[in-house]
Amino acid sequence: MYWNSLSDFFAMGDHGLYVWGSFAVMAALMILEPVLLARGRKKLLERLRRQYRAEAIERESPRRAGTPEARP
Amino acid sequence: MNWYRFASPQAFYPLAGRMIPWFWALAAIFGIAGLVVGFLVAPGDARQGEGYRIIFLHVPASWMSMFIYLVMAFWAGLGLIFNFRLSHMMARALAPTGAMFAFLSLWTGSLWGKPMWGTWWAWDARLTSELILLFLYVGFIALQAAIDDPRRADRAGAILALVGVVNIPIIYFSVKWWNTLHQGSSVNLAKSSMAATMLCGMLLCALACWMYAIAVSLARARRIMIEREKDTLWVREEVMKEAKGGM
Amino acid sequence: MLRVITAVIARDLRLALRRRADIAAALFFFVIVVSLFPLGVGPEPERLREIAPGVLWVAALLAAQLSLPRLFADDFRDGALEQLALTPPPLELVALGKIVAHWLVSGLPLALLAPLLGLQFGLSGEALAMLAAALFIGTPALSGIGAIGAALTLGVRGGGVLVSLLILPLYTPVLIFGAGAVEATVAGIGAQAHLSLLAALTLAGVFFAPWPVAAALRIALE
Repeated sequence: MYWNSLSDFFAMGDHGLYVWGSFAVMAALMILEPVLLARGRKKLLERLRRQYRAEAIERESPRRAGTPEARP
Repeated sequence: MNWYRFASPQAFYPLAGRMIPWFWALAAIFGIAGLVVGFLVAPGDARQGEGYRIIFLHVPASWMSMFIYLVMAFWAGLGLIFNFRLSHMMARALAPTGAMFAFLSLWTGSLWGKPMWGTWWAWDARLTSELILLFLYVGFIALQAAIDDPRRADRAGAILALVGVVNIPIIYFSVKWWNTLHQGSSVNLAKSSMAATMLCGMLLCALACWMYAIAVSLARARRIMIEREKDTLWVREEVMKEAKGGM
Repeated sequence: MLRVITAVIARDLRLALRRRADIAAALFFFVIVVSLFPLGVGPEPERLREIAPGVLWVAALLAAQLSLPRLFADDFRDGALEQLALTPPPLELVALGKIVAHWLVSGLPLALLAPLLGLQFGLSGEALAMLAAALFIGTPALSGIGAIGAALTLGVRGGGVLVSLLILPLYTPVLIFGAGAVEATVAGIGAQAHLSLLAALTLAGVFFAPWPVAAALRIALE
């Protein structure tokens, strides 16, 4: 361990602002990107599910055709 | 092993889904290890004090921004030649992550420059080329976003990526030449011999960024796959399967 | 082979002559942008002389890409491009002809006009000659690279701004060596190296650009 105290670590030899400024933005973006991706994916899946269900109902009501899920 | 089998989105989608958690785990392990080595173990730099520790963030981000462009151009070229849908999707999935790393490289470089050079921005050859690289990413993303037909968007983007990758060395050397001619604005980062622990921390952080980029781009590629092929049977099955699996 | 190129050039020049106003607009844009700079930075002759090469070159880059969105758009709309793609001569040659024609109506007039504007910035006779020479040698590369952007954005919404976004970053080497040649002359050092590199960029640009242009046109025509 290189540091003597926690405050030394945060001060980074008077360069704390620059070091932690870099760190914070990098960490934030690298967390934000996957979070946004996961959210977008969830929304997309929901939208598709709704669409598929609507299609299935439409298909079944007039002539009760086979659904695509019938295939194994 | 038949690699062509995985060239179809249908086969690749579940495979990528299984691989992503592993890449996340690797990214986390390498990231924590790299940060521990870089921020806790490595000694301060004689010339630059503690501010040099930005290197553990800046250098991996710069490397990744350049490397991702190369990989993107590789997939784009592959897609153009063999007409694989999958490789076009990979190219498209990589671009936002590459642009993010280019931005991070500029951001950390600027924050490093302030204590070291006394200025937020220097028209240094590397920073300037990185800025142009960011512009190239933005152009690629904007072109693909502007074209509605996905097939055309893929192939137009691929041509642009290839043109860009041919031009990057030319741009880099011209910027470097320009920078050495204008001595007044050039700044030389003191080349201090790097301690083994520093190098180790930097490589670990770079590996973490690499694994992160793979995980994120695979996740994005998966999303592009279902979006594009939403009318096919396999996407229907995958989507419904995941609905049952719970969220 | 040469016949195809000259035929395309002659046709494009004829069309351009019918729309002289477009050429004039681009040239006036160049004049206005350049003239705005002294108003922005102040009239001190020293400073103006210093920024002149860069200002003139940047304004030339912007002016040269103004006409790019129309490079293929008219032929695309009236179906001429489709016919050209179906005829036996390769589309690459057509692209080359188009690039040359574009240079003749955009780059060349800029090179001829630039020394006149350089006078406003107090450049010496030698520097003015170098400015014209550098623009003369460098602008064909701009037309070549620009044609790639024009072909890629053919028929795309917001094509005009998009072209700038795509190609301006790729213009940087030309800008660096072009403005560098003039600066070197102002500073009294030889501009030989700059001009050689500029010529290399132009040769590479004009020689290689037709392939991506033709590929992009084929994609747009599908």
